[in-house]
This record gives sequence, C-alpha cells and structure tokens, in this order.
Amino acid sequence: MENLEKIILSLAPDAKIEENTQRFTATIAPEKLRKVAEGLKAKGFDYLMCLTGMDYKDSLGVIYHIAPSNDEANVIVLKTSTPDRENPNLPTVSDLWEIAYFYEREVYDFYGIIFTNHPDMRRLFLREDWKGFPFRKDYDANPALNPIPEKVPSVESFENVPTYSIDKDGKLVKKEYPLFSKDEYVVNFGPQHPSTHGVLHLRISLEGEIIKHIDPHFGYIHRGVEKMCESMTYPQMLYLTERLDYLCGTMNRHALCACIEKAAGIEVPARAQYVRTIIDELTRIASHLIGWACMCNDMGSITAFIYGMRDREKIMDIYEETAGGRLMVNYYVIGGLAADIHPNFQNRVKEFIPYMRKMIKEYHVLFTGNPIAYGRMKNIGILSKEKAVALGVTGPSGRASGWACDVRKIEPYAAYDKVNFEEVLHKEGGTFDRYMIRLEEIEQSLRIIEQLIDNIPEGDFKAKVPAIVKIPAGEYYQRVENARGDFSIYINSTGDKNPYRVKFRSPCLSLITALCPLCDKEKIADLIMISGSMDYVIPCVDR
Amino acid sequence: MLELDKFIEWIHSSLLDLIGLDWVVSLIEYVLIGVAFLSLYAVLALILIYVERKICAFFQCRLGPTRVGPWGIFQSIADMVKILLKEIIRIDKTDQLIFKVAPFIVIIGSFCTFGALQFGRGLHGVDFNVGLFYMLAISSLGVVGILLAGWASNNKYTLIGAMRSGAQLVSYELSAGISLLTMVIVSGSLNLTDIIEGQANAWYIFQAPLPALIAFVIYLIAGHAETNRGPFDLPEAESELTAGYHTEYSGIQFGFFYLAEYLNMFIIAAIAATVFLGGWQPFHINADWAASFNGIMDCIPTWAWFFGKVFALIFLSLWVRWTFPRLRIDQLLKLEWKILMPISLVNLLLMAVWVLIF
Repeated sequence: MENLEKIILSLAPDAKIEENTQRFTATIAPEKLRKVAEGLKAKGFDYLMCLTGMDYKDSLGVIYHIAPSNDEANVIVLKTSTPDRENPNLPTVSDLWEIAYFYEREVYDFYGIIFTNHPDMRRLFLREDWKGFPFRKDYDANPALNPIPEKVPSVESFENVPTYSIDKDGKLVKKEYPLFSKDEYVVNFGPQHPSTHGVLHLRISLEGEIIKHIDPHFGYIHRGVEKMCESMTYPQMLYLTERLDYLCGTMNRHALCACIEKAAGIEVPARAQYVRTIIDELTRIASHLIGWACMCNDMGSITAFIYGMRDREKIMDIYEETAGGRLMVNYYVIGGLAADIHPNFQNRVKEFIPYMRKMIKEYHVLFTGNPIAYGRMKNIGILSKEKAVALGVTGPSGRASGWACDVRKIEPYAAYDKVNFEEVLHKEGGTFDRYMIRLEEIEQSLRIIEQLIDNIPEGDFKAKVPAIVKIPAGEYYQRVENARGDFSIYINSTGDKNPYRVKFRSPCLSLITALCPLCDKEKIADLIMISGSMDYVIPCVDR
Repeated sequence: MLELDKFIEWIHSSLLDLIGLDWVVSLIEYVLIGVAFLSLYAVLALILIYVERKICAFFQCRLGPTRVGPWGIFQSIADMVKILLKEIIRIDKTDQLIFKVAPFIVIIGSFCTFGALQFGRGLHGVDFNVGLFYMLAISSLGVVGILLAGWASNNKYTLIGAMRSGAQLVSYELSAGISLLTMVIVSGSLNLTDIIEGQANAWYIFQAPLPALIAFVIYLIAGHAETNRGPFDLPEAESELTAGYHTEYSGIQFGFFYLAEYLNMFIIAAIAATVFLGGWQPFHINADWAASFNGIMDCIPTWAWFFGKVFALIFLSLWVRWTFPRLRIDQLLKLEWKILMPISLVNLLLMAVWVLIF
C-alpha cells in the first residue's frame, strides 16, 4: 500500500489519496493523466484490468484499475474527471494499454467522453445515430427521441471513423477516415452466422481466403444491464448476472454475491462457501466442455460437439436436482445459498468425477490425437504473453500464453484457499495450447471438487441477512475467475438500497479484441477456429 | 436364381411377341429404362439419407429419426414430401437463368453416370467401349453447376464456396483419374463389361495387390473429396460459409444439390467397387480346392454383391465423415498436389512394371 502511494506521489505530487477504501485509490487531475499513465506503464503496471466511466453529476469521470501483470494483487485505482459536460474530453491511454481501445469506445458510447487521439471514436454498442448518452444521470429516456428506425441503416454508414485531437488553441478537432477502401472485398460475418457464438458481427476484409482486416460490431443484444442495475435493489441485481455470460452464470453471480457480502460485512457460513466452490467448478467444467465442443464443431467435427454436449448434460442434471435451474441456476443468494444441497448431490458429483476422467481420455483419442485437427491447430494464432497482457486476455486463453492470471490463486475467494490445485500454464500461446488448456483445466477442477465434496461442513447454508440489503457508501471491486477469465464487479454505493453505479468487467470483450490481431493474414477458416479457441460469449460483451 | 437378367430378357421377348414392331418395342423399352433409372435414383437417395442419418446418430450416441414409421424408416419420405412442397424463393439480384440452370447441371451430371453403371449381370443401361472414361467425364460435370450456382447467387459466401469447390474438384479429379488409369493397365480395357469380366477369378485388388491397394486408397480419398463430404466439405463448410455455394437455394432447387451430393457418394463407391472390387462379381478364390466355396458364393445374386460392396464403401465414407474435422484449403490442396498426385504417378509406373513382370 505505501509502496503504491510512493509511486503515485512521485508521478503526481498533488494526487489525492483516498482513505478507507478497499483498494488503493488516487484521484488525479485530467492534465496529469497521461504523465501518470506513462509512468505507471514504465513501472511495470502493464495490465489495465478495468476502465469504468462515471457520472458524478457535477463532472464526468473515468476510473482505471491498473496492476502489474506479475503481481496482480497490487491494484492501483486511478480516478480522473472533467467538469465539462458539453464537450467532455480526456486523453486516451489506448496507446499504452491496447485493451483501452474498446474500453474507451464503450465509455464514449455511454457517457459521451471523447478520448483525444484515440484512433477510432465510434460508438461501441449503440447505433451511430443514437441521440444522447444513456448512462449519464440526466439522460432523457423518452422513446420519441430515439425511435425504432424504419429503414435499417446501412453498414457503410458506420465506416466513417472519427478521431479527435486537440489543436494548439486547445480546441477539439474532428477528423474522419474511411475504414475500408472502395474496392475491398468485405464480407459480413454475422450477426446471423452459425459460428460466431452469439450475435457477433464482424466486417472482414478479404483477399481471396486471407483476412486483411477485421472490424467487430457489438450491441445486437445489448440490454443495458449496468444501467438496469442502477434502479434495482441488490437482491434483484443477482438475476441479471447469470444472463451475462450464460455459460458461467453461477460464477458471475458468485462475484456479485461476494462483492455485496464483503461490502455489507456479511459472514458467509463455511457450508455455503464449500458448496459455492464445488458448483463453480462444475460450471467451469460445463463451460469448458462447451468451449471444447464448439471449437471442434467450428473445425467441422460435429461428432465431438455432440460428445461435449452429452457430458455437459450430466452437470446440468446435478444442478437441476439441487437448484431447480439448469442454465440459469439461480442458486446463490446474498449470504449463502437459496436452499440446502439435495441429499443426492454428493453421490452424483462423486459418480461424475471418474466418468469425466474417462471421457477426457476419449476426447484425446478422438480429437487431440487426430492428425488433421493437430495439423490445423499447431502454429496458428499465436498470442505472445506481452500481447495477452496488453490486450487483457485473461483466463484459459491468457494462461495458454504463459500469463499466470488465475484470480483463484491471486485473490482466493470462497474455499479456494483450502484446496490444492495447479494453475495450468502453457508457453506458446497457440491455438493448440488454448485447446489443450481447457481439457487440462477440467482435470484440475475435478481435483478441486474431489477435495471438497466429502468435507462439506455441517451448519447453516445461509447467513442471516436483513430484508433490505444496504451497503455502506463507498467503492467495491470484486474479482472472480470465471471460465473465460477475470470477471470483476465494480459497485459504487451511496449507502442507498440500490447502487449508484455498477460495472461488470467482461473477460469476453478482451478475447474479441485479441481476435483482430491474431487473425491478421490468416485464412478465413482459421478465424473460425481461433474464435472457437478464444471461447467468448457475446451476451457477456453486450452487457 | 434371383438374377434379374432373365427377367429383363423375358420382358423384352414378351413385348416383342405382343407388339411385333422392333422400333416400337425399343421405344417402349427406352422409356421403361428411363423410368427405372429415375426411380432407382430417387429411391437410392431416400435410402442413403436414412442410412446416413441413422449411422451418424449411432456414431454420435444419439438415436436418429424414430418418429415416422418403425425406427423412423419413413423419415426420408416425409422429408421428400416436405421439400417438394416448399416454396422456391425467388431472389431478385441473382443471374436468373444461370441460377435456375445450375441445379439441373449438377443433377444431370450425377444422373447420367447411372446409364453406364453395371448393377448386376446384364443389369446396365448402355455398354460403352469407353464406359470408365464416360463415367469420369460425366461425373465431373457437376463442378460446372457448382461454380455457376456460386457465381449466379451473387453472394460473397457462395462465391468463396464455389471457388473452393472448383479448386478442390479439379485437383482431386487428377488423382482419381490416375488411380483408375492404374487399374486400366491391368484390365487393358475401358469397357466396364470387360473390366468386370476380367475380375471373375479374382478381384483386381487381389490380382496386383500392392499397386492396386495403393490406387484403391488414393481413389477412396480423392473420390471422397470429390463428393464434398467428410473432412473435405470445404465448399459448404457450414461453420465458415453458412452453406457454401447453395446458400441462396431453397425448396427443390436445394433438394437437387442435396440429392446430387448423396448420389455422388453412391457413384464414387460404385466406381470403386466396379474397378477394384469386381463390380457384381462374387468373391472367388482362384484355386482348385475352393470350387465348392466359389459355388456357394455364386448363389448370392450378382446385384446383391454389387450393392453390398457399394454400401460397405459408403459406410466407410460415413465413418470418415463423422470422425474427422475439416481440412483447411491450403492443406487440402497440399494433400493433393504434394502427396496424392506424386504417389499416384509413381504408382502408375509401378503398376506398369508389375503387369510386365507378373
């Protein structure tokens, strides 16, 4: 903590250090932002974890969560804000941390903050002709302002890319450039396409089969979850989390529960912690199975896809028995679990473990050892560790590049500090590594479950929680390792029964960001395979 | 006993008795043969679709169709009725004429091969003296239809699919042709009757074991690639190109592509069975002590031998299809031009030497 303070004060002596916060927080003036950001980057803070837009009513601000990639527990929270609500502008950091490229576009989309010198200041989720910035507190949600368009706007209208810079007189200057030249062979990949894993829309410029450039479009299923949360009570918010990344719903819900519990000072019983850990790991297995299966399907092996789905079904059955839900399990509540585990739960999980181990062997025989599969995956789509950190690619994809970014190890939550497991790391970061690491992580998850399943402590499954949950004013940031990476929740509370601002850090957004550099000069068939190996889920991006 | 050639002769003689005029009888027989081939073509497609769905389901731990009829055997008939009733969507921005003609070219290409195939003793339409050459030529006509379909659809995905298909079919036609040529060295004739007769005592794959086996494997791979299936289904790779060259087709137009694909699988298997596995010839051991064994083999009708061999090869093709992932276009072409093609050329030479020595 003192060390971080020293670093910040050496870069910006007038920085305001906040007391009594969960994480080290410093507020700096917008003019100092570039200098501090460059200084932090030079000091090894190379991982921009999260970038959150804020409306403080009197000013618009941005919050940066920055950490060194080799010591992620040392998070610096950097805040800056600009009082100008008409033409708010802040300097970009997208040249320092590549992932900021999309994060800043998101903030522009929702708050209208223009990032000067950012190469591409288009909206990220909303239509280009949308009026107003919906996350501002004074936003007018009158539907007459933004009627449903009668004519579908042509995609070409989104291809004039504006950039802003500040000239000598301190004025904002806008420039536009076209994204594709006129004679480029541009293919619309999605939003209705069998292998975009959701409604992702990629505009791909092709030269024969070779990809020249990719421009992703998001927002086809954007529901404004973060905005909805602002008008909901905390227990209501829980139900939205599972609808983000529907394949790791329980883990997302775990993140929100843990965040609220920590903030409100609720002690969760050990029984609930153990069960949560087991269920999270089951979800991880289910999610990795789908990831594996879909990747095989993307490569044209439909049989492998069906095998993966078949085995995932066993986990869904376990959920159904205990929680009632299958995809949306809705099992965790603030303070513990919604109900105690089913008497059969332990037996079924114990039956599942050896079954899964046997099946993984079969997968390796069927698919991993297949010369065609191996021939397609090796040496394709190599993501170096530096690039993975810069693009914020966490989770299995990041670990395949050799970046030890497992939140379960860095900031253990629930019962993860009580179990032994290995953080699987690969070195090369190729498609084959990303493929293998999922199957290896399934084995580690089985190991975790094995250690816990017989030792679930007796006792309450839920702590006593007041009927109306309120959390004290302040800022809270909870990280959870979900099946795709670092899923974090940022809550800004004013002490009311609903939050002032909620931000979900989606691991999938950075996975798609990584898709663009990885597929450069690759073939269109490899794009599908690489996106399969990234294993993103679109509702997590389109929050 | 169960041979059909006697039955056909009986039809011919009774028609002749009934009408008396040679040319009228011939005319009636042409129509009859045409109808017989058309129905064979349709029925085979139905059977193949059902077989594929069931076998694929068993590979994938599923049940497959179970609802229409016992074990779902009428499923393909229901599918056929559905596809016949479906609306053909007319797309404005296509090249109308070519768009409509393309499916016919594809289906004509595959249907015409039936004319020369020998389904059993005396069971064939035309007995060409260049039957094998004719079949290779006519079955590769399909690629023209595919290219036209991809181009006329005026869609970027279909165009990529069509170009892939063109590259793939033209390349693999070479290995397929050369491996058949290898066997022509043994038979000394392009006439399918001669080729089958030459295998009365032992199938060609046993007559020249090493080069024939190599040619057989290469032909299976190349033929499989020509059917656009299995690991070689790049032209319609659904995870990449939605449906490749036939994305824009609907109703029976799509049905034609679908039918042609299934029947091409049959045709490739039929040619392989004819050239390598003796066509409709029963399995014989060319030795004195095996006379009684050969006699038992002869009891099975020749058409059963033919269809048995063909379906065994089709099963192999389905097995491959539902096991392997898809190749990438450069790997696909590399496999052909750098591996299969040189091997088959060397094999051709090997076969010539083999025939010269033995």
